[in-house]
This record gives sequence, structure tokens and C-alpha cells, in this order.
Amino acid sequence: MIPLQPVPLRSAPTRGPLRRAAVTRASGAPRAGVRGAVLGTALVVGLAGCGGAKVGASDEGSAGPGSAGSCGTVNLAVNPWVGYEANAAVIATVAKTRLGCTVVKKDLKEEVAWQGFGTGEVDAVVENWAHDDLKQKYIVEEKTAVDMGPTGGTGVIGWWVPPWMKAQYPDITDYRNLNKYADLFKTSESGGKGQLLDGDPSFVTNDEALVKNLGLNYKVVYAGSEAALITAFRKAEADKTPLLGYFYSPQWFMSEVPLVKVDLPPNTPGCDADAEKVACDYPVYKLDKIVSKKFADSGSPAAKLVQKFTWSNEDQNIVAKYIAEDKMSADDAAAKWVAANPAKVEAWLG
Amino acid sequence: MATTAPPAPRAGAPAATPPTGRGTALRRLPSRGLLALGTVVVWVLLWAVFQGRDTLFLSPSALTPLHRSLNDLSDAVGGSRNSNPLFLYGFNAVRLAIDGVVGALQDLIARPSGGRPVPGIGWLGVVALGTYVACALGNLRVGLLTAAGLVFLGLQGLWLESMNTLALTLAAVALSLLIGIPLGLWTGLSDRVHRVVLPVLDFMQMMPTFVYLSPMTLFFLIGPASATIATVIYALPPVVRLTAHGVREVPQSVVEATTSLGSTGGQRLRKVLLPMAKRTIVLGINQTIMAALAMVTIAALIDAPGLGKTVIRALQTLDVGVAFNAGLAIVVLAIVLDRTSTAASVRAETVRRRRGNRADRLRRPALVAGAVATVVAVYVSRTYLWAATFPAEADLGGSIARAADASTTWVQDRFSGLTGGLKDVVTLRLLNPFEQLLVDSPWWVVVTALVVLAALVGGRSAAVTAGIGLALLIGTGLWFDAMTTLASTVLATLVVLLLAVVLGVWMARSSRADAVLRPVLDAGQTLPAFCYLVPFLALFSASRFTAIVAAVVFAAPAATKIVADGIRAVPTAAVEAATAMGATRWQTIFGVQLPMARRSLTLAANQGVIYVLSMVVVGGLVGAGALGYDVVAGFSQRELYGKGLAAGVAIVLLGTVLYRVTQAAADRTGQQVRQG
Amino acid sequence: MPVLPARPDLRRRPRPVPAVSVAPSVHAEARAHPTAEPVISVKHLWKVFGPRADAVPKDPALSALSRRELMDRHGCTAAVRDVSFDVAPGEVFVVMGLSGSGKSTLVRCLTRLVEPTSGAVLFGGEDILGADDKRLRELRRHTFSMVFQHFGLLPHRRVLDNVAYGLEVAGTGKAARLARAQEVVDLVGLSGYESSYPDQLSGGMQQRVGLARALAGDPAVLFFDEPFSALDPLIRRDMQNEVVRLHHEVGKTMVFITHDLNEALRLGDRILIMRDGLPVQCGTGDELVGAPVDDYVRDFVREVPRAGVLTLRWIMRQPTAGDPLDGPELGPDVVIREAIRAVLAADRPVKVVADGTLLGIVGHEEILAVVADVEGAG
Repeated sequence: MIPLQPVPLRSAPTRGPLRRAAVTRASGAPRAGVRGAVLGTALVVGLAGCGGAKVGASDEGSAGPGSAGSCGTVNLAVNPWVGYEANAAVIATVAKTRLGCTVVKKDLKEEVAWQGFGTGEVDAVVENWAHDDLKQKYIVEEKTAVDMGPTGGTGVIGWWVPPWMKAQYPDITDYRNLNKYADLFKTSESGGKGQLLDGDPSFVTNDEALVKNLGLNYKVVYAGSEAALITAFRKAEADKTPLLGYFYSPQWFMSEVPLVKVDLPPNTPGCDADAEKVACDYPVYKLDKIVSKKFADSGSPAAKLVQKFTWSNEDQNIVAKYIAEDKMSADDAAAKWVAANPAKVEAWLG
Repeated sequence: MATTAPPAPRAGAPAATPPTGRGTALRRLPSRGLLALGTVVVWVLLWAVFQGRDTLFLSPSALTPLHRSLNDLSDAVGGSRNSNPLFLYGFNAVRLAIDGVVGALQDLIARPSGGRPVPGIGWLGVVALGTYVACALGNLRVGLLTAAGLVFLGLQGLWLESMNTLALTLAAVALSLLIGIPLGLWTGLSDRVHRVVLPVLDFMQMMPTFVYLSPMTLFFLIGPASATIATVIYALPPVVRLTAHGVREVPQSVVEATTSLGSTGGQRLRKVLLPMAKRTIVLGINQTIMAALAMVTIAALIDAPGLGKTVIRALQTLDVGVAFNAGLAIVVLAIVLDRTSTAASVRAETVRRRRGNRADRLRRPALVAGAVATVVAVYVSRTYLWAATFPAEADLGGSIARAADASTTWVQDRFSGLTGGLKDVVTLRLLNPFEQLLVDSPWWVVVTALVVLAALVGGRSAAVTAGIGLALLIGTGLWFDAMTTLASTVLATLVVLLLAVVLGVWMARSSRADAVLRPVLDAGQTLPAFCYLVPFLALFSASRFTAIVAAVVFAAPAATKIVADGIRAVPTAAVEAATAMGATRWQTIFGVQLPMARRSLTLAANQGVIYVLSMVVVGGLVGAGALGYDVVAGFSQRELYGKGLAAGVAIVLLGTVLYRVTQAAADRTGQQVRQG
Repeated sequence: MPVLPARPDLRRRPRPVPAVSVAPSVHAEARAHPTAEPVISVKHLWKVFGPRADAVPKDPALSALSRRELMDRHGCTAAVRDVSFDVAPGEVFVVMGLSGSGKSTLVRCLTRLVEPTSGAVLFGGEDILGADDKRLRELRRHTFSMVFQHFGLLPHRRVLDNVAYGLEVAGTGKAARLARAQEVVDLVGLSGYESSYPDQLSGGMQQRVGLARALAGDPAVLFFDEPFSALDPLIRRDMQNEVVRLHHEVGKTMVFITHDLNEALRLGDRILIMRDGLPVQCGTGDELVGAPVDDYVRDFVREVPRAGVLTLRWIMRQPTAGDPLDGPELGPDVVIREAIRAVLAADRPVKVVADGTLLGIVGHEEILAVVADVEGAG
């Protein structure tokens, strides 16, 4: 079942436009609305005769553009980070306005979203960070999911410090100097060593092994959530307190506080094969899109759209900034970007 | 009960037989205290010697064979979903039924339906209906509260979100009652069922939701059914417990008397047990509603519609204001539902007695008129747009969000130095040494010490429980994490108790304090932790201390209410007697009120432990690591699922041991005081 | 309770006529209803709580053990041990004992609120131990009912609805049962309180409701389980009078459990004294007081004002040669207290005469011995 969205029932093509029309009409009668709120509160219900726009008395005839009807419904998983939401919102907007699809967004964690490929409830995941284990299970073993190629974005994972530290301790971005600064990073949680703040439990980390294998005098402390990591970095920059933490890009927070990455020994193919012995940086991830086998085979124009969708980290950051900092709704943010980048959108549809 | 019986014998006893009873208790107590002290001293010495050996440390990313096999098991279960008849028929039927019910409710109030761009009943209709139901079940006051609360939700700009949450909550509560009341009756009637059901309820309440959230979607797919069932798992226990309690509380004399008059089993249930247990059952319903609302945010992680989504999404961008606004809406819903169901229970108690007085004669016509007005309102809300869609102009939500943002920023800027210092002092002076003792001692030292302490505090059965629980804990492979969590849990529980006693005494002695504190406590209990995590993180950084603070915020309200009720229940005569003898206020509190409210203090401690443990997972989100992090990571990463499950079991084990040992200790001191 | 030496005056008193003490129950029944069949007949009733309870009554070795020994060796508690008695129609039969004597368990066995371990309980010849659930409910609805120590009223129902409860579960229509309930409410003196709730009434009034509830179904037998123990002494006395009055008015057979000897003597046609689950003595009040079978009973009845219980039969002596036999005549069942004035007023011994036969005489000396005892015990 789908919350808050117009449901595709018997007369699917007209549903979306009709809803918009009705809503417009409602906000077009502000005085009636406010009066209703006030009087309704007092439960004076003899108002039945009082006027106002009637529900359903809207312009039936004007079907929206692109109501081709060949697209049907797209179940789009929305994983819980803003960058993902930007991808999903843009794809959803284009699918709706250009292909006439009905898009159902489902807020899900990655693991549950992939599970949805198997149960047929999720059609597409539109920003996937590696997840080799999930790929193994759902693409290779169960064959319920299909790789739809890169989003064009690249994911960088690593250790970061707030910009003020880079300014004050220029050599801190070399891991070999980290032991020199370990004392700076001591906290109540790190047991006398420097603290390396790890974070989001959704991400696989090698950090304990890294600390050990690089001979660093640090202790990994698990912040436990993205919110905790961002709060920590935000505060560290604002108060000019030291912080070394696990983070990743693209991430909307980077445009608020451009964190500086610490250089670990460069990643070479196979250097991180053995999780116990790893002593090199994280690889740069090619973010990609995964769809369900069923969706891929359906011939839906939306599947083609998902396949062709690519953009850059910069593009995503713009939409993410609209959402996170300008507090726009995802749909509005996407619409704004789509309007500003017609060429890129046309390329996906071509 | 226990406090009223003893006075008569006690008055004569000391004079007649001075050396027995109380004397032995006095002689025994210090020796037990000394033994406990000795145990701790030996423990510390052993810790100093063996520090860091046999600590059973397991790195957060490491797995034991058990965890791997749990993973395989979950894969096997998931893999069988297309072939197993249980999936194909059983789970699917359940899912379709629940999805149908929730969907119908959503169509009615929360989403466009029936080919129309708006829900079946608009906001005006829902407000009228809610008010009418509250008036009919409760009284005019809660009716007005309901109206105000619902309109407030609209003004917050969260009408549809709130209605989605309401629809899901109502469905989950209805299902809980459908299962819970019959099960509770059965549990109340049969000792054997009682013995089986109670531990299952403990398990359901203590097992972190994160552990069963993702399997839930495997069984019942993504959608309302999974969210509803996950909510039911958490919300069912209170109504079962309290229904059983209500049935068991019916005096034997009444049951016997009505049996002797030839009642059949059904007649006894209908005419005796149910009416007499009604009030307790309604209390259970009330608690079930609260528990269901507590799940709103977490259920949003598997796409449950409603306010939870708003909170979760706001958290992604650290939007404290929006999260708070949505959290506030949950609190408003909770308060409306709580007050209405409480008023309903009071009404259930008094309604028949007042039959025939004036207010009641007016009531019927008033209800009829209200019904007509409600029908009209529903019709209007189906017909006119202004009554269907809540007007968006009144942007109270934005103001609330901005105010919340501004005030948290102000607090953070002003106090974060202070709070950070507090965190450091408490962590370094108190938490770290205590945790070291638990975590860094060899496991065999800790197990022995804890079992000995359990024996000293709670007697043999407590020691056996502790022994078995700790052994199983080692079996989960998460001993080290469990001890880390235990340290924070114990500290948090102590703080909760301290706060509960201070605030509870204050509330019991001053009705003004009660009036001011109660809504604050309600908010603390129902405001989703996700709403205040970010400010807390800013104040105390990602640390175990933050987790402790969050746990205290959540657990202290319930414990405080229990203590306040307990102290208020102390007979006035006892307080008057103390006052007459010239006791000062403090002497009265410590000499009379607190000792006589001992049962409530025990209950507060027990509930405190459970509530603190239920926040372990939230603690994992703010830097507490250990079991909470294991559970969260297990929810997020496929290969850690088995470990997360094991961590969930470890939390249940910790809870069971703590609960049983404090219970045994309380029973024991209770007996001693009664004998002495 | 310590066993005290018997009082000298008791030992000195002549034993009553053998026929009375040898077969007391025969005597009592004969006195109350000479020819009636018993309404209730209890035969070798056992109630044992605990594991393998069934084995105890069957095994002579086990059933011979004392209660304590049975507990220690077998782990079970014998609450009622081999109790037998008959209750005649219209009789008030009292079972008396201290707490733990098994009297409450006994009365619950009679209605199967507690399932007896073995034995027989015959109501008009039917053994209720063999009744199935349906028959048992029928019996409870129509044949016997019970009044409880703690009232057992339904707090959520008005007085009238409480009284009508038994009729309601038996399926009587609403109008009929409320009319009947009203009758009974009037009978027990609760008129005007029909619409009150139990917790608005005093203890005594609540027990009147309990009484009315028991009477509503017009049962043949009423059981009372220490109905007045929870009441104030003054109210207790009122309620006892009420029972006496009701017994006169409705003439029900009653089995009455109490731990209060005075209550037993006031109400009981016959009294069964129990100790540790065993029947100790069964007889009329004057038999218990006049001829206790052992020290336990003797100790029990020690404080009883004898003049109020014993009849002239118990203190008369055979006339000797010098006794003048022209004094006033009194019956042998006249209670001493009522005879005091007559005996002391007469200047010669009073003749005790039944059916024209001289049974004995009572003089000042005999009367004064009892009166002195009353004051001494006072």
C-alpha cells in the first residue's frame, strides 16, 4: 500500500492531474479555508450550506501531458540519505512528467530494498554503493536483480578532518603524521588513545584493521549513525575542536563544511582483499543503479530511463543542497534542477 | 495492601519478643552487606591481577560461527518464501487482511481514495468524529482536548501524515486488542498459560525492534502489514499483562460466590470477571496505545506511512526543527489518545452509578445532537474542499520548527562547553572505572562475582537465574559488548531511580508540581528519541554518556509516575501521625513516605531497567557502541544480521537477569520487613 | 492451645444419662424431626491437598497418620478426614472449629466448590460427587446456596441485581427475577437500598445482600461459611437474630460454619466440632457443654455460661429418701437460666418431669453450683 500518493486505480491516467487541480483550487480559496479551520474547531457544523469549492467538481477533461499510459507504475526505493533522495527525485520527476509513469517511492534501508527485488515490491535502487554481498546474493545467486550501470557519480570513502585542522596542521592529512597528533584527538570514549570516529552502521569499514596495520595509536569509536557523524563534524568546525572521522562523498554536508580527506596508503587492486590485513585506502566507488529483473524485462520506458540516467557528483550536490539546506521538498528540488538542465534530461530520454 | 495489614501485631511484638524477628534481620543485613563488599573487593583485586585477560573481546566486524549460522538460517528462511506453504498461504492471508484494514482506514482519513483527490473524510469530519467519540467514551473535557489536539495537528501542517500515523496506530491497536484481550483472559485464568506467556511477553518487549524489522518485510512484504505486525509485537504485551492481572485481581470470594450460584464458565467471564477487570483492562489498552505510538518512527524504516517518515527524513539533513515538529505531533496524538482512553476507563467505573442524575439525563439528547452534528460535519468534509483539505496557510508548523531550531542552537552554543565537561567528568570518574571492572576482568571472574552478588541480593533462585543468563550471554559470543552495555545500563538505571524519587516525591507532595511536570513527562515518554538525538549529540558528542542521557529521558518519566503514585497512595493517617509526632518534612519523606512506598520503588526500578534497555539500540546510534551498535549494524548490513540477532538476544538476557534479580531482591526485603 | 486440667466442678458433676451421650445424633434428630429422612448425608468424606492425594484415604497406613506426619512424609495436607454426619430437614447444623480445622474446606466440599477426594455427599439420596457439570450447576441454582464470610458481592451491580444474580444465570426472565429479588430484599430488611451499590453499604448490610442472594433461588439448603466473622460484635448479634428469624419464617435446612462457640450455641440444633480435619464431637449444645468428649472440647466450652446452655436434665439428681417431692414441676429441657428464679423461689426442690414421669429433682444447691460457675467464668 502506498501512502500519500495518488493511487493508480481504474482511471489511472487522469488521477495525477486531477489531484493537482483540486489542490490548487483549495489553496485558491484561502478565506474559506481559514474560516473553516476556526469554525470547525468550535464544532459549529450548521455550516453545511456555506459555500466553497466542491470536491470532485474539477476540470475532468484536461488530462495532463504525456499521459501515454504505457509506463505503468514504478516502485522506486528511497534509501535514507539525501544524495540518494536527489537521484530518486530527479528520476521520479522525469518519469512522471515525461513518461507519464506513476512513481511510488518507498522509504527503505538498503538491505530491505534489495530484499524487495525478490518479493517484487521494489523496481529500482538508483544509487548503490558497492554492496558486493548483496550483488552476489540477488544478482548472481537469486537472479532477481540486474545491474543497470553507473550513475556517473563516484563515491569516496575515507578519513576526514574539519577544514580548520588542515589550515592549522597542514601535514595532518598524511596518515604518517597521525600518531603525532593522536593526543589532540583524545576523548572520554577513546581510552587514552586518539579517537577515530566511525559511523554509519550501513557502511562496511576496515578501520579497526587499518588502525592496527598502519600502527596508529588510535581507537575506533562507533558513532552509530550519519546524524552523529555530521553533528560531530559540524561542531568540530564551529568550535575549532579536533576530530578525525570516517566519512564519504558525495554528501550534502560537504557543501556546508568541506571536510579534508586524510591520505592513507593508496588503494591498489587487491590490497583490500583480506579484511584482516588491509593497510590501504578505500577504493573509489563507481556508484551504480540496480533494478529488479522483472522491471528490466518489462520494457517499461522507465527502465530505459533508469538505465540511461547518469549525472555528476556536482549535479547531485546541487539537488542535495536544495533539499538539505534550502529545505525544498525533494520534488520541488528535482523540478528546479530538471528545468535548469534540459539537455541532460533529453539525453536520458533519447 | 501490605502496608495496612501489619500494624496490629507489630505494635505488641517488639515488647513481647525483642530478640526474634527484627533482631535477626538486623544481624543478618550487615553481614550480607559485608559479604557483598568483600565480593567487590576481591573482584577489584582479581581485576588488577588479570586485567585484560579472557575478556572475550570480539571486534565489531568479526563474527562467531553462531552468528554465521544465524545468517544462513535467515537466508534459508528467506529462500523458502516462494515454496513454503506457510508463506504462500499463511503469511499472505494475514498480510492481505491487515493491508486491507489499514488501507481502508487510510482511504477513509489519510489518502485520496475512491477516485477523489482527497480522503473519504476530510479534516473537519475527522475532528468532529474524534471529538464525538471522545465525548461519548469519556467526557466533554477530553472531547474538547481531542478537538484542540486534532486541529493543532492540522495547524502544524502535518494533517495527512498524522492521519496516516493514526490509521496505522488504530489498526495495530485493534489487532493487539483482538489478540491481547482473549490471550490476557486465558493467561489470567490458567496458571499454566501464565507461566508460558509471561516470559514470551518479556521477550517481545525487550527484543529490539531493529532485529525483527527486516525479517518482517520478508514475511509480510514492505508495507502497512509489516509495520502493523512489528508494532503489534511491541504493543501487545501491556494489554495481555494487564488483562491477566485484572482477572487475577478479581477477589476469589466473588468468583467462589458466583460459582456457588451455578454460573457457567461463560457467565462467570461475562458477568463477573470482565466487568470487574474492566478498569485494569482499559489501563492495558491505554498502555498498548502508547507503545504503538512509540513504534511510529522505527516502523518508518520499512516504509510505514506517517509522521515517522517526516522524522526520519528530517534526521537525514539534521533538520532539528522539522523533526521536532513531527515529534510534537506524535506527542499530541499520544496525549489525546491517552487522556481519552483514561477518561474512558474512569467512565467505565462510574457511569452506572450516576444513572438518573441530571447531567446524565442531559447526556443522551446531547449525544444524539452530537451524532447529528458529526454526520453533518462528515458530509461537509466530503463535499467542500475547505473542509476536506486542511488549509495550508496557517503555518504553525514552520514557526514551531524555527523556534525549536533557534532554541536548540541557543542551548548548544551556550551550554555545550558545560555539558561536554559534565560528560567528561562522569565518564572518566564513574562510567569508565565501572566499565573497566566489568569489561576488563576475565569473564570467569565477572560471572562468579555477579552470581555471588545476585545470591546475596536476591537469594538462591536469583543466583541461578543470573548464572544461566550469564552463561547464555557467553554463548551469544557477545560477552564483551554485553558487559559494556551493562555498565551503561546500570548507571542509567541508577540515575533514573534518583530522578524518579526526587521528582516523584515532589509531584506527590505538590499538585502544582504534578500539573507542570506531567505533560513534560508524557512528552519525554512519547517524543521519539530521533527528535532529540541531534541536539544531544551536539551537547554531549557521540559517546556513551549521550546514550545514557537519552535512556534517562525516556525511562525517567515512567519511573517517576510510578513513584509519585506510590507515594500518593501512602495512607494519609501515616503522614498525619508522623506530622503529629513532630517529624520535619524530610523526616516524613525519608521515614514514612518512601519506606511505605517501597513496592512502588521496586516497580519503578524494574520498569526503569526495562525502559533503559529498550533504549540500548538508540544508544547505539549516538556512540554507545556495544550491543546497540551490533543490533543497528545487523539491521543495516546483511552479513552482520546474525550478529545483530545475537545482540538482540543478549539484550533480552541482560534484561531478564536484571529484572529477575531486582525482583527477587525486592521480594526478599519485602518479606524481611514484614517479618521483622 | 494448651490443654488445661479439667475443672473440678465438671468432674464432680454427674454424667448425663447414657442414652443421650452414646448416640447424640440420633437423639438430636429424634428431637428435631423424629421421622424425617436426612436432607444431607455425608459419608466418609476426605479432602486431601497435594501430590497423590487420592492414595491417602484408600491406604489405611496413610489415613491413620496425623496431619503433621502426613505432610512430612507424603507432602500432602489432609484438610478433611473421614467426616460423616446427617442433617435433618429444617435443622440448623453447625460445624465449629478453630482456623485450620478444615471446617471451611468441609462446607466447600458439600457444594463441590472444592472437589472432595473421596467419600459421598448425598442430597436427598443423590450423591453430588457423581453429578456432572450441568447437574451440579442445576443443584447450585435450585437446591442449595451459600453465604460467604467475605460476602463475594459484585461491586459493579446494584443490590437488586446482586440478589437477582443467581436467577439471572439460571435463565429467569428479567421481570420475574427482579420481582423475586425485591421480595427477598424486603425479607432481609433491605427495602430502600435496592439501587445502592455494595460499597455504599455497611458490612452488616452487605451480608444481608449475601443472605438475600442465597435465598433468592429458594433453595432447600443454605450453607453459611463464617458469614458474620467479619462483622462488628453488635452487628453480628443482629445478624444472628436475623438468621434465627429467617429460619423460623422460611424453615430452611442450614449448615452453618463458625469458629465462635456462642454463635454455634445460639443457632445450632446440633454442633459438630472439628479439629485438624477430624470430627471430634457431634451433638446438641448442651451435650457439648455438659459432656465434652475430651480435653479439647472441654477447653473449648470452658468459658461458656453454662446456665444459658445446660438444661435441668444436666443438673438434676435422683431424689433421695429425705427429699420432699411436692415442689413445682419443670420439664427436663428447660434451660437452667430460665429455671433459676423458679427454683430459688421455691422452698423445696423442683421436680423435673417429662410425660408425667419424674426424672429427677433440682434444688438450690444444684442451681447455685451453676450460677457460681457463671460468675466465676464471668
